[in-house]
Amino acid sequence: MIQMKNVYKKYPNGIVALNGLNVEIAQGEFVYIVGPSGAGKSTFIKMMYREERPSSGQMLVDGKDIAKLKNRKVPFLRRDIGVVFQDFKLLPRLNVYENVAFALEVIEEKPQIIKERVMEVLDMVGLKHKAKMFPRELSGGEQQRVSIARSIVNTPKVMIADEPTGNLDPDTSWDIMNLFEQINSTGTTIIMATHNREIVNKLRHRVIAIEGGLIVRDAAGGDYGYED
Amino acid sequence: MYATQPEVITAMKIRTFGRHIKESLKSLGRNGWMTFASVSAVTVTLLLVGVFVMIMMNLNKVADDLENDVEIKVFVSLDAEEEDVAELEEEISGLEGVESADFSTKEEELTDLVLDFGEELSLFEQSNPLFDVFYVKATEPQQTETVANEIAAFEYIEDVEYGEGKIEKLFNFLNAGRNVGLILILALLFTAMFLISNTIRITIVARRTEIEIMKLVGATNWFVRVPFILEGMWLGILGSIIPIGLVVLLYQKITEFVQPRLSGELFQLLEFSPFIYQVSALILAMGVFIGIWGSFMSIRKFLRV
Repeated sequence: MIQMKNVYKKYPNGIVALNGLNVEIAQGEFVYIVGPSGAGKSTFIKMMYREERPSSGQMLVDGKDIAKLKNRKVPFLRRDIGVVFQDFKLLPRLNVYENVAFALEVIEEKPQIIKERVMEVLDMVGLKHKAKMFPRELSGGEQQRVSIARSIVNTPKVMIADEPTGNLDPDTSWDIMNLFEQINSTGTTIIMATHNREIVNKLRHRVIAIEGGLIVRDAAGGDYGYED
Repeated sequence: MYATQPEVITAMKIRTFGRHIKESLKSLGRNGWMTFASVSAVTVTLLLVGVFVMIMMNLNKVADDLENDVEIKVFVSLDAEEEDVAELEEEISGLEGVESADFSTKEEELTDLVLDFGEELSLFEQSNPLFDVFYVKATEPQQTETVANEIAAFEYIEDVEYGEGKIEKLFNFLNAGRNVGLILILALLFTAMFLISNTIRITIVARRTEIEIMKLVGATNWFVRVPFILEGMWLGILGSIIPIGLVVLLYQKITEFVQPRLSGELFQLLEFSPFIYQVSALILAMGVFIGIWGSFMSIRKFLRV
């Protein structure tokens, strides 16, 4: 699903974020990305959906060469990738249903299909009964579930989550993780950057640790390995 | 997955376009004051453009009319006998660059004057103070001066007259006016474009999260851009309504007033139709152009899609 060979990233301000990264992530895997702040986690994550491109090296996502991908092809790459953020990024003017439907409307999906799919994923994340409510009327966990519903409504092959539990209390975080497990069980690859030691240590999956722009540890079923 | 069914694609595109139009119109309302400011700027600019074009085109027309009608009036001296006149006619007609040379006796000249200025002048029939005249026309207006000078050198010529200097002055005036006007209009066009691009920038900033999500879930770049381009276009179109209305009304009044007073003159104003419709189309086209151009400037800067 994702292949990186000697991926190197230097920003215009001179900071080297990735320093020759090699990694391969297969379809259907669940991977934690851990490491201190400023180690290159964000850059690593952003490259998956071509928010950033490598300065040198080769990177394939779903068989597409990220470095050579033309700007106008990027939208079509992103239709196969769902992204979830720490701060949810919901639209306050739209209700729950509309927030999820938005992701399909802007890629010009048919109204009939939009209706079916949105109700399906809202049911899956357990928010069908709150479809008419607005983000401000929901708890943090519920808002994150809406954003997860939005990210999977287009049935992407990969889901990328950047600190999805960063703003949530422990109980709510576990609800979200259960949801991720469920999504992963349908064959969706999940790549999750996190600082949550408890989750990584209890819900064992492959752990990739990034420090100083390099992978310092890559272990199947590994632990968090940091004290913070 | 439905990409192979053309009728489905068409239906989707129409739906998308409807969405874009709705979004762009909503934005106009949401940015109320900025919309008002940029529409006003476009209005002022286009009004000046319209009036300027109207004046310049008409001055050009008048200059053309006059230019085409530049005649050399050759006064034959009183001591020329009939055969001298005949010889003169041959000489003038034989000159290079002469299209025609019409002879008119002083009696005919007087009759024309009487027709133009009234019976009072007929008392001059007792002792006609006028000269016999040749009306000479050059094949090209530019040759008028050369031809006139050559004729002046002939024998039995009292005087040679043509629109000396007047035409040049008109053309100099036209050129100066055109340059000043163009600079003024360019400055105004830039102001209007700047205001439009500012309005669009506000829309873009207000919808930052929305745009970010659109890009994340894979909306195409054009899908993201089109509402802003449409919004700019509406600003341009709204700004062209008043100028078109005023220009049409103004020219209607002008032609109503001026046309009867110019009947029989050598020069005429441009006819109301189709001229004023062409000017209106030009105003609308410029409105749409600066609107779209203004939004493109903002999109390029603030919307890296």
